[in-house]
Amino acid sequence: MTSYLIETVRSKFPDAVLETHSFRGDETVAVKKEALADVAAFLRDELGFDMLMDLTAADYLPREPRYELVCHFYSTKHNYRLRLKCPVGGEQPALASLTPLWPGANWFEREVWDMYGIKFEGHPDLRRVLMYDGFEGHPLRKDYPLKKRQPRIAHRD
Amino acid sequence: MTDRKHSELPKNWELEKLEDGRMVLNMGPSHPAMHGIVRVLLTVQGERIADSDVEIGYLHRGFEKTCENVTYNQCVPYTDRLNYVSPFINNVGFALAVEKLMGIETPARCQYIRVIMSELSRLTDHLTCIGANAMELSAFTVYFYLINAREALYRLTDSVAGGRITPAYTRVGGVTRDLPPDFKAATAEVFKTVRKNLSDAEKMLTRNRIFYDRLHNTGVIGKEEAIARSFTGPVLRSTGVPLDVRKATPYLVYDRFDFDIPVGSNGDNYDRYLVRIEEMKQSMRIVEQALAQLPGGPVNHPDYGVTLPPKEEVYGNIEALMAHFKLTFEGVKPPRGEVYQAVEGGNGEVGFYIVSDGTGNPWRLRVRPPCFPLTAGLSRLIKGAYIADIVSTFGQVNMIGGELER
Repeated sequence: MTSYLIETVRSKFPDAVLETHSFRGDETVAVKKEALADVAAFLRDELGFDMLMDLTAADYLPREPRYELVCHFYSTKHNYRLRLKCPVGGEQPALASLTPLWPGANWFEREVWDMYGIKFEGHPDLRRVLMYDGFEGHPLRKDYPLKKRQPRIAHRD
Repeated sequence: MTDRKHSELPKNWELEKLEDGRMVLNMGPSHPAMHGIVRVLLTVQGERIADSDVEIGYLHRGFEKTCENVTYNQCVPYTDRLNYVSPFINNVGFALAVEKLMGIETPARCQYIRVIMSELSRLTDHLTCIGANAMELSAFTVYFYLINAREALYRLTDSVAGGRITPAYTRVGGVTRDLPPDFKAATAEVFKTVRKNLSDAEKMLTRNRIFYDRLHNTGVIGKEEAIARSFTGPVLRSTGVPLDVRKATPYLVYDRFDFDIPVGSNGDNYDRYLVRIEEMKQSMRIVEQALAQLPGGPVNHPDYGVTLPPKEEVYGNIEALMAHFKLTFEGVKPPRGEVYQAVEGGNGEVGFYIVSDGTGNPWRLRVRPPCFPLTAGLSRLIKGAYIADIVSTFGQVNMIGGELER
């Protein structure tokens, strides 16, 4: 069981898989960002991961590519979990959206855009979700100062 | 309103091109039925909701950013404030995630205590949810019955952790203190009150015509769609999916207890209400079994690199003093790596994803809040319904601002 999921993904996408591990029992696959949508569709349709439990990102600042998209999948049919990671970098990081596959990804991706400034191509409505319209910067980036102050926004009628 | 720039509106919303007879209505942010502060922007056709947009973020406090800058144990009080009606579950989830990262296991007594406190929290959570929901649907008496039960439970948890809604009870590798000596008897007393209040409330609600009509067949969603929208907890179980983390991937000692996972069949608000009522009874069953099985022994991990040594040791020998100093200033240091730990919260799966870089502060700490996908799906749940149905649906979704917006 442990290696079954990892091995299946690896043999299906030999060129796209960058790294795998199962630290403390959490099975993890990292894939290239070009293959993200294909791998995700494979997970949903072939391996039975019908639920996108969580979608978030992490910032590893000095490293390049700097960000990592982290998805936690769960299969209600087979009761297993898999973590899918996808490194992304550059001045304007962008990835394929998972919202067409799992509607639940909609707000998770909006939050990642809000907090990290990673764009999701194909997202139906990518707006900030926690921060307000007019907020400058993306607060969970490591180079966003903890105590940074924001400019006042103009009063709206 | 029409000459404003609507940059914050959904893409497909063009207020100038509203269809005939449609009207835009603002519900919230400050509205008696929007517990906490949430704004729902509605396009209505008569009394029916044609489209809606849920706007959140009024309670964002930067929990994840803050936690990246403090030690692991300093995160614990912040986790109280995620779901503030079931704080122990967040405490336990966070502690379990860090312990998983470190590869340690707490003593058996600690695990039982964590189960007991989590289940008491689930009771307070569901009591608040149903009480507030009934109140918003104008059954005000029921609110007092249920809040009376919740208050009794708060007094009980207060006697253990020293805090009603912000207990900060767990530590990495253990809990702050053991149960008080008379806890078993006190719990039995409190459960009498809870059972009495619960049965009174049930008599007033379950077969009440008005309550039933407001909840039955409102906020309906099917199995597949609920799964695709990442719903968990009572809302998912009301559709008939028996997914509960306590059974699916048992943590702590949940596999040692006999309890059932109630499921609904319609996926509507009434089923959510019934699921919550039954879950409370199951939680009491678990607590009673756990108290009967409760083993003795220490409540903290024996390693001084994880938990604080007792004060006599700190003042008595140099190793304990050093351990105390290091733990207080630098905190526990898990090895490099990443883990995801899920626990069953009041609203569904509460997940903690932690990335450690080997220092005393988490590099990344992410909470998977169960009501985030639920609130995201609110637009779907209320589409086509009456405006008045928002109140019952929003109440049964049980949005908790603290965990929704962190």
